[in-house]
Amino acid sequence: AALAAAPALADENAELIINGEIEIVTRTAAPAHLDGAFDEILSGWRFRSDETQSMEMDDFDNPGMIWVDAAREVWATPDGSEGKACADCHGAPEDMAGVRPVYPKWNETAGEVFTLQMMMNDCRVNRMGAEPWGTDKGQSIPMEALLASVSRGMPMDVAIDGPAAETWEMGRELYYTRFGQLELSCASCHEDNYGNMIRADHLSQGQTNGFPTYRLKNTKLNGVHSRFKGCVRDTRAETFNPGSPEFVALELYVASRGNGLSVEGPSVRN
Amino acid sequence: MKRRVFTLVLWVAGLGVAHADTVAPGDVVWQDGTIPQSLTGVAGDPAEGAKVLSSKSIGNCIACHEVTALADVPFHGEVGPLLDGAGDRWTEAELRAILVNSKEVFPDSVMPSFYRVDGFIRPGKAYTGKAADDTFGPLLTAQQIEDAVAFLMTLD
Ligand code: HEC
Ligand code: HEC
Ligand code: HEC
Repeated sequence: AALAAAPALADENAELIINGEIEIVTRTAAPAHLDGAFDEILSGWRFRSDETQSMEMDDFDNPGMIWVDAAREVWATPDGSEGKACADCHGAPEDMAGVRPVYPKWNETAGEVFTLQMMMNDCRVNRMGAEPWGTDKGQSIPMEALLASVSRGMPMDVAIDGPAAETWEMGRELYYTRFGQLELSCASCHEDNYGNMIRADHLSQGQTNGFPTYRLKNTKLNGVHSRFKGCVRDTRAETFNPGSPEFVALELYVASRGNGLSVEGPSVRN
Repeated sequence: MKRRVFTLVLWVAGLGVAHADTVAPGDVVWQDGTIPQSLTGVAGDPAEGAKVLSSKSIGNCIACHEVTALADVPFHGEVGPLLDGAGDRWTEAELRAILVNSKEVFPDSVMPSFYRVDGFIRPGKAYTGKAADDTFGPLLTAQQIEDAVAFLMTLD
């Protein structure tokens, strides 16, 4: 056990039910492809303090929901040369339930794996005649949060076979590479040491089912690639950039490690 | 070469000069997986070593290790073993080796190598996320290694 003054840890047996009705699976059997690396997979929510955990249990207490509400407006507002809004083709945001859990996903037309943000931009550029949003910037994160929120409670289920297999392999390779002057891989912290304290931080399995995440540390919604960037930087490495092929591959791979956990975004973390 | 650095160090130390020539990371002399020779010839200062272990901006060893003697510094990690008694378990030459290049002592360890400058994948410029440039150096100075070793030797 860590010495006194360690941050408050969460109740091991707490369960997450949002707004008293959306049941979130935060602990379940590990997917077969993990080959015994974990007995069970755990959402990052389980590693946060009781206080942080409770903020995610009610949308009124979840600061991330402010961006979700803002994105509802963007969803309905026409943009670009075609004068169309997302709503014109896709109906209500709720009609997109089930989309977030299967991304990143192979896109047949583009011939590459698309993250949710890349898919949104594909619609903006090719169907709306609008400017693309930057990765983890501008409206990307609020819109991703909106699409996540309507899928809350549904199990993460990204495909790793077929045409996505090559990208998945690349992501797996990156996950186990020991980057930087500190020579730490994602696995060094999130596979070998989850549950342990690293200084004041309680290490989770580094799952992505909760993204975008509202972080108390920077009081805004954060994207997956920005989180990856921070983690790679912390190994004293030259990072990859949000939107890079490396982070797209890593996003697919890390998402697949969480297949079976519920979508929770926008989640609350510290 | 090894002998020359050693004699030079003794000679300078003999003159009472505080900063003797230090052994560069590439010139560290290994002997059966240990490093018997001081990297500076200047005796380590345990008080400075305590700072190396606890300060976030220096060694930040307690990010991973719990050390009872440093209990007044908040937040000790659990990634590595408790360091209490390290001075009993290991000789000075062994501790120096663990700090200089942990991987020589514990293959595949997650513990960083604190006095090594090559063999990294995408090394960065400290914690900026940018590529390493010509300011790139070891995580600790030779004297900081000696100070940390001296502190660890007090843990019995
Ligand atoms: C002019 C019609 C049109 C507009 C406007 C439009 N989309 Fe789409 N969208 C489509 C079509 C068609 C597809 C299916 C494309 C495919 O599968 O390759 C799609 C697919 C998607 C998908 C993936 C769905 C899935 O099941 O994989 C997402 C996410 C998405 N759009 C988001 C948006 C967002 C966000 C906006 C507004 C910023 C938007 N779209 C605007 C037509 C549109
Ligand atoms: C030096 C340790 C360290 C390394 C190496 C590291 N991380 Fe992290 N990571 C952390 C810490 C600390 C946190 C915040 C607490 C937590 O959720 O584990 C975190 C958080 C995360 C989260 C957010 C989890 C959530 O529930 O919100 C993800 C995702 C993540 N890391 C992925 C990665 C990936 C992918 C890599 C490799 C590219 C990586 N990490 C490398 C320390 C590390
Ligand atoms: C990222 C984590 C990490 C950091 C940072 C770290 N260590 Fe370690 N250390 C370990 C681990 C893990 C081991 C156990 C060896 C192994 O990997 O099998 C270890 C082993 C040791 C040992 C031998 C353990 C024993 O039996 O007493 C000593 C001594 C030691 N470390 C000192 C230090 C010092 C001093 C620093 C800072 C200058 C430091 N460590 C920084 C992770 C770390």
